[in-house]
This record gives sequence, structure tokens and C-alpha cells, in this order.
Amino acid sequence: MEYNASTLLPLLPEIVLLSAIAVILIVDLFLDQAKRFFTYGLSLAALVVTIAAVMASGADHSQTLMDGAYVRDAMSDVLKIALLSVGVFAFVYARSYLLERGMFKGEFYTLGMLAILGMMIMVSAGSFLSLYLGLELLALSLYALVAFDNKSKKGSEAAMKYFVLGALASGMLLYGISMIYGGTGMLDFAGVAKAIASGETDKTVLTFGLVFVLIGIAFKFGAVPFHMWAPDVYEGAPVVVTAFLGSVPKIAAFAMAMRILAQGLGGLGPEMGWQGWQGMLMILALLSLALGNVVALVQDNIKRMLAYSTISHVAFIFLGLLAGPEKGYTAAMFYTIVYALTAVGGFGVLAILSRKGVEAENIHDLKGLNKRSPWLALMMMLIMFSMAGVPPTVGFFAKLFVLDALVNAGMLWLALVAVAFSVIGAFYYLRVVKAIYFDKPITQAPISAGADAHIAISVNGLAMLYYGIFPASLLALCQAAIQSL
Amino acid sequence: MSADWPILSAIIWLPVLGGLLVLFSGDKAPNVSRWLALAVAVLTFLLSIPLWTGFDASTAAMQFEENLPWIESFRVNYHLGVDGISMPLILLTTFITILVIIAGWQVIQYKPSQYMAAFLIMEGVMVGVFSALDAMLFYVFWEAMLIPMFLIIGIWGGPNRVYATIKFFLYTFLGSVFMLVALVYMYFQSGSMEILGFHALKLGLTEQILIFLAFLAAFAVKVPMWPVHTWLPDAHVEAPTGGSVILAAIMLKIGGYGFLRFSLPITPDASNELDWLIIAMSLIAVVYIGFVALVQKDMKKLIAYSSIAHMGFVTLGFFVVFMIAANPQVQTGSILGVQGGMVQMVSHGFISAAMFLCVGVLYDRMHSREIADYGGVVNSMPWFAAFMVFFAMANAGLPGTSGFVGEFMVILASFRADFWFAFLAATTLIVGAAYTLWMVKRVIFGDVSNERVAALQDVNKREVLVLGSLTLAVLALGLWPEPLVKVMDASITNLVNHIAISKL
Repeated sequence: MEYNASTLLPLLPEIVLLSAIAVILIVDLFLDQAKRFFTYGLSLAALVVTIAAVMASGADHSQTLMDGAYVRDAMSDVLKIALLSVGVFAFVYARSYLLERGMFKGEFYTLGMLAILGMMIMVSAGSFLSLYLGLELLALSLYALVAFDNKSKKGSEAAMKYFVLGALASGMLLYGISMIYGGTGMLDFAGVAKAIASGETDKTVLTFGLVFVLIGIAFKFGAVPFHMWAPDVYEGAPVVVTAFLGSVPKIAAFAMAMRILAQGLGGLGPEMGWQGWQGMLMILALLSLALGNVVALVQDNIKRMLAYSTISHVAFIFLGLLAGPEKGYTAAMFYTIVYALTAVGGFGVLAILSRKGVEAENIHDLKGLNKRSPWLALMMMLIMFSMAGVPPTVGFFAKLFVLDALVNAGMLWLALVAVAFSVIGAFYYLRVVKAIYFDKPITQAPISAGADAHIAISVNGLAMLYYGIFPASLLALCQAAIQSL
Repeated sequence: MSADWPILSAIIWLPVLGGLLVLFSGDKAPNVSRWLALAVAVLTFLLSIPLWTGFDASTAAMQFEENLPWIESFRVNYHLGVDGISMPLILLTTFITILVIIAGWQVIQYKPSQYMAAFLIMEGVMVGVFSALDAMLFYVFWEAMLIPMFLIIGIWGGPNRVYATIKFFLYTFLGSVFMLVALVYMYFQSGSMEILGFHALKLGLTEQILIFLAFLAAFAVKVPMWPVHTWLPDAHVEAPTGGSVILAAIMLKIGGYGFLRFSLPITPDASNELDWLIIAMSLIAVVYIGFVALVQKDMKKLIAYSSIAHMGFVTLGFFVVFMIAANPQVQTGSILGVQGGMVQMVSHGFISAAMFLCVGVLYDRMHSREIADYGGVVNSMPWFAAFMVFFAMANAGLPGTSGFVGEFMVILASFRADFWFAFLAATTLIVGAAYTLWMVKRVIFGDVSNERVAALQDVNKREVLVLGSLTLAVLALGLWPEPLVKVMDASITNLVNHIAISKL
């Protein structure tokens, strides 16, 4: 294929972000610590400009470039905007936290942006190879970010654990990809789908390949039984890194699942029963629902609690995916975006409440927040109720659309199991609300985070309410995105 | 008939937005928050009066309808409207909210702006529940109600408030998620979320029974019916007075309303099939819970249990319809049970609110709800004693008060179904009188038990205003229930005719 301005235009967002990263990396070298906020400002600007680039360079039809390695469609655009926006929130929450701990370095932002770049490549991946490339860029950046506080033993341990398990999962994924390649002779998803549809492929090899690929996906999502890394990494990493890695990568993982499972391996679907990916996702989803919700009940560390709650939310995303193309994919996409936005807010509140030398990470650190800052308390309450799925917050609609998709697909019993577990789940979110509103504060220390973080958390919290009352716009976007596939 | 201007929206959103305004007014000038909240509540009540005056009682059709697309791709609409069943309940809501705001005027010193805001938002949401004609809208309002109540009990409640409020939240949440699945299932069947569309939806018996049970899980918890009533005494005891009033006067009615709006018309055959279950649960509530109330030592708990018994009448009245229809000796009168249940709901809204407010008056002065701490209150608080004795009589179902009308109608209807139902239901006239009057005897009359009682101040003007207006309401409904019955008549007749036709 030829490379000229017109064929490169669809790649504009990635090009913009990559150039910005390179520039910021160099500029940062020449700044002394007092001027570090400059890096921060530039990074935010880079993300915003990239969002603009996504919007400006979009086409109304899907485009495939680089011999099928890169796809630009409505789904990739929506997901890219979502992950860049959530990334902006994570960056803003990080500033004062890093500053107070002497970790306000340019590397945090460049690594974060590299991770986002990796995710953008995943979102637009048209073949296994480009997907893997993006995944590794994401993963390597995240390993470094988890260990960002080099004085923290817990952080280093978490990074080590994440790295070893992540490498193992990547290996599994690669192994699975090689089997699928062996079975079909193709690496791009369209080609794989075509080869499977032709019926001339060996289903045994493909099923083996599917199992390994699915393990890779489940690991990235943190679904049971591949969830072991999540609680330790969430707890060990600095809370601002947790805010980032607990939210944005879920969007990329959703894209990865859609590209591989729906687009590539659609032929290994429901007609294969338990050997199709829907059946396997169902098992993962049920295990995740049960384990995530029940174990989260007994956590006193909010970061750990949210890690287990993530696992239960992943189950809902899986339920959406397995409910099939008619409504399920849209529901899963809506759920993923909403979840990322909710999670970044939850961790953002923790980051705002952390002061110099004090980490706000246990439930008792939130006690009496309503006395210290009624506004922040209100925002955290909205976020918690959104996670629990109580109207009028957006979390309710996310769950509703998944339930609707399940009922539509004739899986009423799964819907019943899901709602039963979400009642169990409501309890641990209520515990947080209880600490905020009903308990007496254990400290009266003022909240030191800057105005930027307060604005961000207000936007983030009110978004829960706004999209809870007017979910139509976001739903329409997701629907259009899925229809474009 | 559709309104010239969106009156229902105004009644829903004025208190919600007003509540947010009160919230932002902060606690620097608590009196500003209080007056602002009162102004919003009064304005909302005035706005709701045209619902009554402009209501066309001759038709069962929905009135004051508003219909806007909400989530188009999901075919969910912002569809509001009222009929004779929901309209009185909306007026009850707007009326009681004013009293709650006034009752919390001085007692609530901790963050009054949040307290007032929570009740105003609650008011808007409850009106939303009564006026929603789209099932999803209904569900959103239904669940949204939990959040302010959760906070009201948890922040301003008694010592064991955290346990009570989490129990309250989880109980109701568990009940309602199954209703959600049922709604989604019917959406899948009918292709829309219109409640009136659900009424016309053809469903098989198994489907109906499952849907009925899902609704039962939601509504039985809310009413609450025996055996899922255990959250209510806890919640009432721990809630601040205002919270108890709203809980008893309005939130319980939402459960009863749910039966009329959803269970009966959507699943008439399942209701017919399982009416014995509801009737049995109702009679157990009336008889057994009545005896439980008798032995309570805590006044609020006693009134809470009496609420459960009175709500048993409501559900009995609603479901005895099927038995009357099945009784070959009776041709008419099946409408009487539903009517009686509705009158009982409105009347209980006034009486339970008044009883909880009376206990609140005592509690504010003595900080005790134990019956044993009182005695001879009449000597130091004669005016208050007059009010309390009057409301106790109403609670016991004295003719001339509203409490009598509903109970009498339901008992009358039960007679047409089965003598023994009526017999068991009528025991409440004895047991109810026993627990209420015995409490009054121990609290109000007798010798002054201790010097704290002797030092009690009688009711002030604010309290007289609140209790006095409730007295008028109870008397008016008791002496002349005709307007209320008339307003509901067309809708209830339509409902009873609708459920007589099998969907199978």
C-alpha cells in the first residue's frame, strides 16, 4: 500500500499523540522541578488535541488500512474518545497527589500517554499482530506506572506480580494466536472470520486457540479465575495509578474482546455450545459475579474492595457480550464506558482525600466526609450508587441494558442471577456511603487538593447523574458504533 | 383530557429543584433553608390542588397526560398521567410533606438544609412514582426514593440507625430488582414500556404467576406484608419523626398502589389463582401483628406494628375481589373491597402521620419512646392529650373518623366473600382498640409518673397547626368520605371490570 497524506489521515489521532509524547518527553528534560506543571499542562493539552483529532479525522464509513492491520470505524472513534476523556480525569486527579509526595515527574504523564497510545492501537486493531503490539505497549507502561513510587515496597511487589502474571497472560494470548494462525492461515480478523465461515478449518485447533486467547482477554479484564493480580495491584500501586489502570484499560479490553471474539472468531459462537466463546464467557461471568461480590463484602481497604467490585462489573460486561449482537454488544459497550468513568471518579475521590503522608485507602478514612466537605461527599455518594446500579444514576441504565439484552437473548435465568448478586453488591457500596454520611469524622484536616481536581470530580460525579437522567445520547452513540461493525 | 400546561411535571420537579436549592443554601443560615423549604412545599401543594379541582371523575382514562420521548432507541417515554387511584395519593403526598417540613423545624439542628432538601426531593420522587405511566420511569422513581430515605434514617436517626437503614435499603432493593426483571420481560414481550400496554398484554398462566411473584416481592416488602415486614419496625424506631411520617403515610401506600397499577391488571389470572396467598398473608398481618403490637414497650414500634396491621386491610380489600366474584350468591359489590382499601390507604396516611407526630412531640421533650417512662401526660399537656386521644380513637377505627370508613368497607366486602374472612378481619376492631387505647391509657392518663412528665410543656403553636390540620383531615374523611369515593369510582370500576376478564 502507498503511504501518502490521504491514507495516513485516519491515523491522525495516533500520530498526533505520538508526536506530542515525543515533544513532551524532550521538553520535560529541560524543565526544572518548579516548572513541572508545564509538562502537566502539555499532557492534558495533548489528550484534548487528540480527542479533537479523532473527531476531525473521522469518516462516516469504516476504513481499513495497512493491509488490514488498522481499522477506523465508529466503534473505534467512540472508544478512543472515551478512553482519552477518562484519561484526562485520571491525569487531573494525579497532579496534587504526586506533587505532595515528591513524585511529580514528567514520566508519569509520558508513561500514561504511551499506555493510552497502546490502547488506541488496540481499539483500532484489525489483526492479531497490531492488537498484540498495542497490548504490549499498554502493559509495559502500566508495569512501570505501578512501580512509580520507588520507595514503596508494596508498589514494587505489586509491579513484580503484575509483570510476571501479565507476561504469562501475554504468552497464553500469543500461543492462542499462533494456533488460530495455524488453523486459518490468517492474522487479520476479517480473514480469520472468512476462513472459519468457509468451514474448511480444523475446529479442534481453533477451539484450543480460542481457549488461550480467551485466557488472555480474561486476564486483561481481571475475570475470575484470572483475577488474582487485580486486588494486589490495585492496592499496591499509588492510588492515582490505580485510578488510571482501574478505569481506562477496561475500555481497551472491551475493544480487544469485540475485535477478537465478535469480529474474528464469530464463527466459534453459540452454535458450538460450551466450546464456543459465549459458553466460556458465561462460566467466567458467573464465577466473577459470585466471587467478586462476595469477597468485596469483607474488604476494609477501599482499593481492594473496588478491585473485587471491578471483577463483578466485568461479569456484567461479559454478560452483555455473550447476549449477542442484537442488543448485547451495545449494552456491553455502554457498560464499559460508564464503568470506566465511574471507577476513575471513585479512585479520584480517594486521591483527593489523600494528604501528605496520609493515604486515604481504608473505609474509615472516608468517615464523616459529609462534615468535612458536603460536596465531595455528594459526588462520592453518586459514584457509589452508580456502581451499585441505583437510579437515577447511570449505573442503573448500564445494568438495565445488559438485563434487557439477556432477556432478549432468552437467558432470563442469567438476568435473575445477575440481579441477585447485584443486591449483595449493593451492601459494600452502602458501607462506603454509611461511612461518609453516618459516621463521625476521625480527622478534621482540610482537603488540600487543588481546584483542578475539584472541578474534575464535580464533572465526573455530576456525569453520573446527567447520564442517569439522559442516557439516550450515550446509548445512541454506542448503538451507532456497534452497527458500524 | 390533557393539561394545558405540564402540571404533573411541575409537581415533580419543583420540589426536586427546590430541594437542590435548599441544599445549596447551606447551613450558615438555617432559617433561610427552613423558610425556603416550607415555601417550596406549600407552593407544590398549591400546584397540586388543580389536580383535584380539574379532575374529571366520570372517566377512568388517564388525565393531565404528558408524553415525551425519553430514551428513543429503547422506546422509553417520559409519560405521566393520573387517574382516580393515583390522584388522591399525590395530594396526600404534597399535603404530608408540608407537615413534615414544619415538624422538623426546630428539632433538626444538625445540617437542617440537607434534611429539608432530602424531604423535598423525596416528595418530587414520590409524586413521580404515582404519576408515571411508563414502567421504566416508574422504576427509576421507585428506586430513587430509596436514596433520600436511606440518608434520612441514617443521618438523623436514633442510636441503631445504621443497622435499620441498611436493612431497609437492602430489603426494598432485593424486592424491587425482581420486579425490574419482570418489567424487562414484559418489555421484551410487548415492545414498549407503557404500563397501559402491559395491562392489555396477553400472558400465559405460568408467565403471569412468575410475574405476579416478582411484583409481589417488590410490593409486599414495601407495604409491608407479613412475613417480610421486619424491616419496618426497625426503620420506624430509628428514623427521625419526619422520616417515620413519610415512611408510614406515603411510602407504604406506594406498595399498595403497585398492586393496583401492576399486579391486578397485568396478571389478573395469577392474582385470581394466588388470591388465597395474599388474603392469608393479609389476615395474618391483621390478627397476628395486632397481637404483636399489643406487647410493644416502645411507642413507635407499637405504631409501626399497627401500620402493618392496617395495611393488611388494604391488601385484603384488594384481593378479596376475586373471592367475591367467585361467590355465586353475590352479584354485586366486588368494587367495595378495592374502594375500601383505597380509602384505608388515604386515611392511614393521615392517622399514622398523626400518631408518629404525636410520639415525636413527646420524644422531643423527653427523649424517650418507652411507654413506661410516661404516665399522666394529660396533667401537664392537656391540649396535646386531646389530640393524641383523638388520633388514637381514629387509629382504633372509631366511627366518625376516617379510620372507620376504610375498615368498615373492607369488612363489608369480606363478608360477601367468606364469613370467616370478615370475622378475622373484624377482630382488629377489638385488638386494635386494645393496643391503641391501652397505650394511651398508660401514656396519657393515670397519675403523673415522674417529675419530668410533670415539667412537660404543652404543644406550641407550630405543633397545634400540624396536629390540627391532620385532625380536620381525619374528621372530614370520616364524616364525609363521599368526595374521595366518587373521585376514585370510575377508575376502580374500570379496574374491577378489567380484572374480571381473563387474559388466558
